[in-house]
Amino acid sequence: MAAVSTREIRKQFADVHAIDGISLVARDGEFMVLLGPSGCGKTTLLRIIAGLEKPTSGEVLIDGEVVNEMPPRARGIAMVFQSYGLYPHLTVWNNIAFPLRTQGTPREEIKRKVEWAAGLLGIDHLAQRRPRQLSGGERQRVALARALVRDPTVFLLDEPLSNLDAKLRASARSELKAFQQKVRTATIYVTHDQVEAMGMGDRIAVIDRGRLRQVGTPTEIYEHPADEFVATFLGTPPMNLIERDGGSLGFRPENFLPKDLLNGAPVVEFPFRVARVEYLGSEHILYGALDGRAAKREVTAKLPAHATLGGIAPGVERVFAVRETELRYFDRDGRKAQHP
Amino acid sequence: MTAITAVAPRPKSRFLLDRPELVGPLFIAPAILYVLVLVALPFFLALYYSVSAYTIFDPNYRYVGLKNFTDVIESDIFRRTLINTLVFTIGAQVIGLLLGKFAAMLLMQDFPGRGIARALVVLPWAVPVSLATLAWQWMFDSLYSVINWTLVAVGLLDPVHRLQWLGQQDLAMIAVTVVHAWRLFPFGVVIFIAGFTSVPQDILDAATVDGAGFWRRNYQIILPIIAPIIMIALIFGTVFTFTDLSVVYLLTKGGPINGTQVLGSLAFQVGILSGDVAHGAVICLFLFPFLLVAVIVLLRALRRREI
Amino acid sequence: MIRLARRIAGEGSFYAAVIVLVTFAAFPFYWMLITAFKTDGDLYNLQSNPYWFNAEPTLEHLRYLFEDTLFVQWLWNTALIGLCVVAITLAVAVPAGYSLARTPGRSGENLGIGIFLTYLVPPTLLFLPLSRVVSELGLQDSLWSLVVVYPTFTIPFCTWLLMGFFKSVPREIEEAAIVDGCTVVGAFVKTVLPLSLPAILTVVIFAFTLTMQEFVYALTFISSSDEKPVTLGVATDLVRGDIFYWGELMAAALIASVPVAIAYNLFLDRFISGITGGAVK
Repeated sequence: MAAVSTREIRKQFADVHAIDGISLVARDGEFMVLLGPSGCGKTTLLRIIAGLEKPTSGEVLIDGEVVNEMPPRARGIAMVFQSYGLYPHLTVWNNIAFPLRTQGTPREEIKRKVEWAAGLLGIDHLAQRRPRQLSGGERQRVALARALVRDPTVFLLDEPLSNLDAKLRASARSELKAFQQKVRTATIYVTHDQVEAMGMGDRIAVIDRGRLRQVGTPTEIYEHPADEFVATFLGTPPMNLIERDGGSLGFRPENFLPKDLLNGAPVVEFPFRVARVEYLGSEHILYGALDGRAAKREVTAKLPAHATLGGIAPGVERVFAVRETELRYFDRDGRKAQHP
Repeated sequence: MTAITAVAPRPKSRFLLDRPELVGPLFIAPAILYVLVLVALPFFLALYYSVSAYTIFDPNYRYVGLKNFTDVIESDIFRRTLINTLVFTIGAQVIGLLLGKFAAMLLMQDFPGRGIARALVVLPWAVPVSLATLAWQWMFDSLYSVINWTLVAVGLLDPVHRLQWLGQQDLAMIAVTVVHAWRLFPFGVVIFIAGFTSVPQDILDAATVDGAGFWRRNYQIILPIIAPIIMIALIFGTVFTFTDLSVVYLLTKGGPINGTQVLGSLAFQVGILSGDVAHGAVICLFLFPFLLVAVIVLLRALRRREI
Repeated sequence: MIRLARRIAGEGSFYAAVIVLVTFAAFPFYWMLITAFKTDGDLYNLQSNPYWFNAEPTLEHLRYLFEDTLFVQWLWNTALIGLCVVAITLAVAVPAGYSLARTPGRSGENLGIGIFLTYLVPPTLLFLPLSRVVSELGLQDSLWSLVVVYPTFTIPFCTWLLMGFFKSVPREIEEAAIVDGCTVVGAFVKTVLPLSLPAILTVVIFAFTLTMQEFVYALTFISSSDEKPVTLGVATDLVRGDIFYWGELMAAALIASVPVAIAYNLFLDRFISGITGGAVK
């Protein structure tokens, strides 16, 4: 059952196509991530779904109903903004209560719902504080409580973790995911961080320059990218792409290993000249070039820490290989192709 | 081993300009001096004169205690003056700032000609007080008032009973209030626009998503957030109006028969025109407690400006 | 259909409201403009429509203003006073603002607020004792009295403005200059000042417009016609007995108002930013 679906949404600003025909479905209870680089249109799409902006054409459906003409408050959505948008002059309690007050909810019910939401997010003890007295993580929880209290059909989250410092982000990430799994509300989450996307999403929609490139589970997207953009956007370092017959041949750095480490399955060999080695503790990253093969960027190999370098150093050339099953082919338009 | 030559200690004066502890106070001294000599000193002088019997005709200093104060407070003219000052101030703030808020909301929309509209709306406040007041004086003229002419032309006024805007007590009060409000409202417009645009978009979006309609967004969300800024505007506006002399002096000279006198114009009348410096000083000093309150409230608002 | 009608009504009333407001604000200036060019016969005629010309527009008032009155002298006076006041203000407020901006701790901020507050002390409180001071100094009835007194309100406000500005200039630039061999003062002059030109320009404009606007001190200290600045001269001298020369008055008012109005429009945002202590950009 679709909680939210968009049909051929287009959004034009002057000559720019911010969104160029996106059709997407987010199912009940699903955590759907909109992933893409800055300016790709993901936030615009989210705002169109919320009703804060109108699409140039196309329809938004929530719970099966076309909502294009409805204001945000009638759509059954709740939104958490990048800087949370908490009302600075209200206490935490009143912040959470605000959306209920606008609907004219009776006092006892407001009390009940606010206490329930605050309890669920563990912020009861902060009820009388003002936003400026809270830490980043606490503010995020208040924003979530305020969203939760509306009992929405879908949560819309716009990069809520980007304002937290790096250390906090990891724990906030798992808290958010746990929270969503508890309440089982469909969620659309916008981010440019692929680690967040892979870690949290049930499905990921990769967007670039207003177009939907691929929708799928993290596994589908990572292992079977639909085009070169998706292939290189996910994964650090990005997938290696080398020119081949007008199109490209791709393989991920972690699949690009010294031949002697790949016993068993059929492989394709590449002579690899190492230019630089980075030791990152948990792994080694080797940068270099393939003899006789042209590539757009430096070719990289990612070796796990326990694999011995065995004399691999800058300047050394070694035979590296990739399992045939790990090779990906892209045609001259950059799209996924079959192995010829 | 190289010999270490003894170096003669350099005179301290060479590094005078290097020392922030010296440069700091040095840089700020002229400003403080100016303020002390030409603001603090006159203030104390005013106090000094207020308890004397100093007039320019008889400039001997004679201490008379608080006699001047009682003289002034018991005078009917003074009471009238005090009331007028309050009436004009409050009236002008209410009209001026309400209009300003309303105009700000209009001017924040994008429409063709908005730039010109904004430039025109700013004019009343930008133009020197005396010149603007002169224009209004002409507009309120007893014979040729364009306002009267229009009212007659529209049929609301009988040509025989022309309104004496500046000659009749109640009309004069209205006239002065209108001019003050007119001067004040552009200030209000700019402050409100600045305030409205300072509210982060996220908060406005959140309120929209939370179901707040136009009025609720304005009165429950935006206004409380920009309250400190409004407060500052209110203080400045109040001080400008309360301490005004120019508008009243030029429009009505305080008339009819002291009917529109304000503290400033009365002080001028008594202290300069009549030469009674002592009583004039007392009237001036009545401005002080009011200013003190305004300053304290302003300080509070300045402190609170970041929520 | 109803939608369209509602939209038109909505937009219509929006534009109507805008027009009403703009008219309220700008009508007196239109009035100034048209009065300045109307013949006396047209002006003082109760029958004619005042909103437009009923006879040919005339330059007579302008001619009279420039040739038969001290208007030009007043303009010169104002320019002279303005220039001197701006110079004094810059000389005092720039170092003061810098010193306050770089003073560590709250004392700098507090002193800055203290100085700013003197802007609130109105001329109507001080004009009386100041008139005594001025006459003691022998500056009675001279425009130099204004040159001396006007900085009392330009300095506080401009110091506050500059303090806010200097605070936003990163210290690293001065520190680099000091390491490179400058004194504290030298670093200030060579690195911060060149960066401060927009702020200094703002200060110049404000000091000048504040000076041009002033009326109370001028009224109090000066009685000789040829010493008067334009805001005073126009208000007091273009009257013979009880007869107001409205054509000349309005022409003079218009000419004197235009530069100030233009300047204000350009620098409004900074003024507001200054007053609200930078809370609002």
